[in-house]
Amino acid sequence: MSDTTTGDVATEAQEEAPEVDEVRQGWLGTLTEALGDAVVGSHVAPGRGLWVRVSRDSWFDAAEAAKDLLGCTLFDFLSAIDWMPSPWGRYEDSSVDVGIKPFDPSASFATGVAGGDTRFQVFCHLANVRGRDGQRADVIFKADLPDDDLRVRSLVPLFGGANWHERECWEMFGITFDGHPGLRHLYLPGEFEGYPLRKDFPLLARLVKPWPGIVDVEPMPGEPAAAEDAEGGANGDGEQS
Amino acid sequence: MTVTERQQRAYVDAQAADARVNVELETDEGMTLNIGPQHPATHGTLRVVAKLDGEQVVWADVVAGYMHRGYEKLAEVRTFPQVTTLVNRIDWLGSFANEVPFILAAEQLMEIEAPARARHIRTILFEMARVANITLFLGDLGAQLGAVTPVFYAFRDREHVLDQIEAVTGGRFHPNFDRIGGLKDDLPKGWIADTKAVMERIRSFCDQVEELLFGNEIFEARTRGVGVVPAEVALSYGLTGASIRGSGVDWDLRRDGGVIGLAHGDVDWKVWTHPDGDCFARCWVRLQETREATKIVDQLCDGLPGGPIMAKVPRIIKVPEGEAYVETENPLGAMGYYVVSRGDLGPFRVKIRSASFSNVSILPWLLRGVYVPDIITILASLYFILGDIDR
Repeated sequence: MSDTTTGDVATEAQEEAPEVDEVRQGWLGTLTEALGDAVVGSHVAPGRGLWVRVSRDSWFDAAEAAKDLLGCTLFDFLSAIDWMPSPWGRYEDSSVDVGIKPFDPSASFATGVAGGDTRFQVFCHLANVRGRDGQRADVIFKADLPDDDLRVRSLVPLFGGANWHERECWEMFGITFDGHPGLRHLYLPGEFEGYPLRKDFPLLARLVKPWPGIVDVEPMPGEPAAAEDAEGGANGDGEQS
Repeated sequence: MTVTERQQRAYVDAQAADARVNVELETDEGMTLNIGPQHPATHGTLRVVAKLDGEQVVWADVVAGYMHRGYEKLAEVRTFPQVTTLVNRIDWLGSFANEVPFILAAEQLMEIEAPARARHIRTILFEMARVANITLFLGDLGAQLGAVTPVFYAFRDREHVLDQIEAVTGGRFHPNFDRIGGLKDDLPKGWIADTKAVMERIRSFCDQVEELLFGNEIFEARTRGVGVVPAEVALSYGLTGASIRGSGVDWDLRRDGGVIGLAHGDVDWKVWTHPDGDCFARCWVRLQETREATKIVDQLCDGLPGGPIMAKVPRIIKVPEGEAYVETENPLGAMGYYVVSRGDLGPFRVKIRSASFSNVSILPWLLRGVYVPDIITILASLYFILGDIDR
């Protein structure tokens, strides 16, 4: 971004966030007590969020515990993450793949907060709506899914709203939800092959036509072609027009 | 570049299959009624399939996906500043509001906070997006129920709001104005006075609509007691925004969400709820919300702090590794972005939680047992934008 960054507004003006977020630790304590060993990882970002990673078998129980014990009756969303780095790179710097980190199929995947051992994780966000007077609580659950058995228990009996989210997750990632009343395609046509949000599914529109953003950095007439400045090219589009 | 033949074939097949319809209609006794995809009540291309017994719906399903654009996939091949261009197009009537939660999530990961002036202007534009969006809803609501006049009033007065948004951002519909660490530009000269005049105009539009519609006997007859959503059902379906406040749940992320980076906490306003949970309640709450939004804009314009509009951000934006989920109260309801960054120029994964998706997912439950004309009332009162369902 080429915006003039005027003034010296200190970005670190806000005081150090307290290292311990007692409220969220409290929620975590409640959930750990209820679920026992099923909690395999957790992460508290003070003032921002609580992540709880549970074993796949207790995915449903975890959501139920949050609903009953923390009052998280609002089903916010459910989705999945594919932690494999994209073998197609990020497309944007060149007509051929130039990933920031070249793809190495044998490398282990880095996973995000609260850890993870598998390529696929499902996650969902539940919140309570006690509003001004009560104590707000919200929690993000994650669960690892082994590659050879991408299935997890459906949350539809607990939250009606999980229906569409699980259908979307099923067609985008190929994750089966046991007990779902009807896993049908939501967005994609019925004959669609493949799981588009998996990292190994190529974005074909980008492969057949190079990213138009790179046209912006072609050299001025009479000027020798400048060295490919990957980052400058990538940055070019955000500003203009 | 090696694309396996199978994948290419799958792509071609998918393109061909796009042309076909993707739901199998069961055919037994009773009549199947298709509403949409090209129906004015669908704000885009949503199809509602209803199986009827006489005039009553016995089963209904929603077919979405006619406008699925795959923003979650596209965001993975964009840089962070480029993503706002995409997400602008999710809820196209309140575009600026779409950018805000994404930018806030990126700011959270980078541990940047926008300066006070940027936060205020951001909130002003955020609320103006809401005014522009809901103004159209109020007018369109009349059109759905057979009253033609309000829609002209709505388009007339919304235009002034869009003019003000255009004066700042250069775009009527797709501002693409929010930046990580602040805003692209400051307000133009004379803008504040004009805006306050426009807000006055919107308030008088609200009065007009209230008189024309909400006091109207036919309107009441068609909306009162129709499409009742109890609070616990609304919550389990993840309804948010006016749809949940119309069910009596006092929940507004502007007040309760603890969102850092917006200035709603600095002004005085009220969260309206209605206990009934029917179509009337949802529409009424939206009317009050429009009024509150104009008040928020007025107060923020009065108390606009000076100073810079951008925090210090690097020219090349690389977002540190981490995950953040930020949700704000958008015109249609709660909208959030779950952003996973791997320390790259672009996000590793973006999960877009859009309000209409959850709000509309209740339709199969809600439409069961209603009469045919009420389908349109219910669709109108839930108020969705198709881009916000399909993303």
